[in-house]
Amino acid sequence: MTNWLPRHGRVLQFALRRLAATPINSLFNILVIGIALSLPTGLYVLLQNVQGLLNEFSGTPQISVFLSLTSTPGDSAQTGEQLRNLASVSRIEFIPRNDALEQLKRSTELSDVIGGLNQNPLPDAYIVFPKKADVASLESLRDQLKVWPNVDHVQLDSAWARKLEALLHFGELAALILATLLSIALTAITFNTIRLQILTQKEEIEIAKLIGATHAFIRRPFIYYGLLQGLLGGLAAWIIIAASLTVLNTGVRDLAELYSSSFTLHHLAIRDSISLLLFSAYLGWLGAWLSVTQHLRHIEPR
Amino acid sequence: MIRFTQVSKRYPGGHEALKAVSFEIAEGEMVMLAGHSGAGKSTLLKLTAALERPNGGSVLVSGKNVGTMRSNAIPFLRRNIGLIFQDHKLLFDRSALDNVLLPLQICDFDHRESARRARAALDKVGLLNRERANPIALSGGEQQRLCIARAIVNRPTILLADEPTGNLDTEYATEIMNIFHSLHQIGVTLMISTHDENILNHHVGRTLTLKHGELQA
Repeated sequence: MTNWLPRHGRVLQFALRRLAATPINSLFNILVIGIALSLPTGLYVLLQNVQGLLNEFSGTPQISVFLSLTSTPGDSAQTGEQLRNLASVSRIEFIPRNDALEQLKRSTELSDVIGGLNQNPLPDAYIVFPKKADVASLESLRDQLKVWPNVDHVQLDSAWARKLEALLHFGELAALILATLLSIALTAITFNTIRLQILTQKEEIEIAKLIGATHAFIRRPFIYYGLLQGLLGGLAAWIIIAASLTVLNTGVRDLAELYSSSFTLHHLAIRDSISLLLFSAYLGWLGAWLSVTQHLRHIEPR
Repeated sequence: MIRFTQVSKRYPGGHEALKAVSFEIAEGEMVMLAGHSGAGKSTLLKLTAALERPNGGSVLVSGKNVGTMRSNAIPFLRRNIGLIFQDHKLLFDRSALDNVLLPLQICDFDHRESARRARAALDKVGLLNRERANPIALSGGEQQRLCIARAIVNRPTILLADEPTGNLDTEYATEIMNIFHSLHQIGVTLMISTHDENILNHHVGRTLTLKHGELQA
């Protein structure tokens, strides 16, 4: 047991040396893994950025509550009181019908038409600022307000947010499918790499078994190799995405300037980066484990 | 130390390599295994090291039934048995010293102690000055001695040698046999198969003779 650490250190060294022994081969394997991983991960990074952009632009969502034309000033005040008392509402703004008409007269070219009206066609209205901004809670609040007495119409401009959210969700699904398929492919790549290694080292494996090597001893360097290859592939993916974002950002900066925004694309957060590395290392380990389990069984000394 | 009881071995295809073989080898004994090629000498050695499993009878090594041993226990049996082959089974991608180090690495030996032991084993077979050489650069006799160094480096109590002098001329063969005699003197149990009349005539201990898979009286 006291030999545990140096033993694994030796095997790790051995696996590293084996990677370095065929540099071109190893490099291409790592690149293939890196490129394959960078596709779904890159898509994920872009989606994250779009989500961030969405939050920046949409600001605080609001719900417009229009009261019925027949409601008296007393009714309006009462409705305002009820709105203020709702737990899901952070604050409200009252727009009396006369103010609304004045505003309309000032801001549009319809003032002549409006001036010709003999009565105000606009109702009293409240602008409600809810506490939660996601589509689901906005819509449940809208549905709740719609059935109140004196409330004629509730308007929530959520259609475009919904569409965009659905689109993002669609993108996420696509990324997930891509990730699943490529994960299987990556496992297969490691599986094959290890299979070839086992075949070229058949003799060594046989001899090791002859002189008393346990299964664990023989498997260990292959498993480490797979793990290491996966980890380096994950690192390659991270670097590929970083490089791509740097290139994309030069274009984004110009575009953002036109909209007088300082938006730039961000790379994976630290936690997501670590997840990427762990996951790719895990795929390498899995491929190596499957390969070793499948192929070492058939190699017996005789 | 080694006990065969009514052991038979039949290979797929029907060839009967061993038929009801029984014998016993005591601890520290040096036994020659004689017989024509195809008589079953190799099979007998393979059964002892659990490289093959018998179809009938029992093979006991140090009191353990090797024939029914679970496969994850076999490595620990083999660490106690030094194996020497006619074709050496050396690794040509590493130095002579590294070849000898292999059994110690497998047993998780301390690094420095391993190097010391490996050099001692090389010294014993007279190859200490060739430790950096690749086995491919060694002569047939030297390769065989290297194989012996690898077999004895973790000090097994049993040594099995399958035609160790098969391809060697008399001078080299005598060197190899001298090494075996010195191991016998320090108490190692040896079973050596050969069809070399010269060696058999000079052997002072017991000789088991196989003929068509049967032990001759």
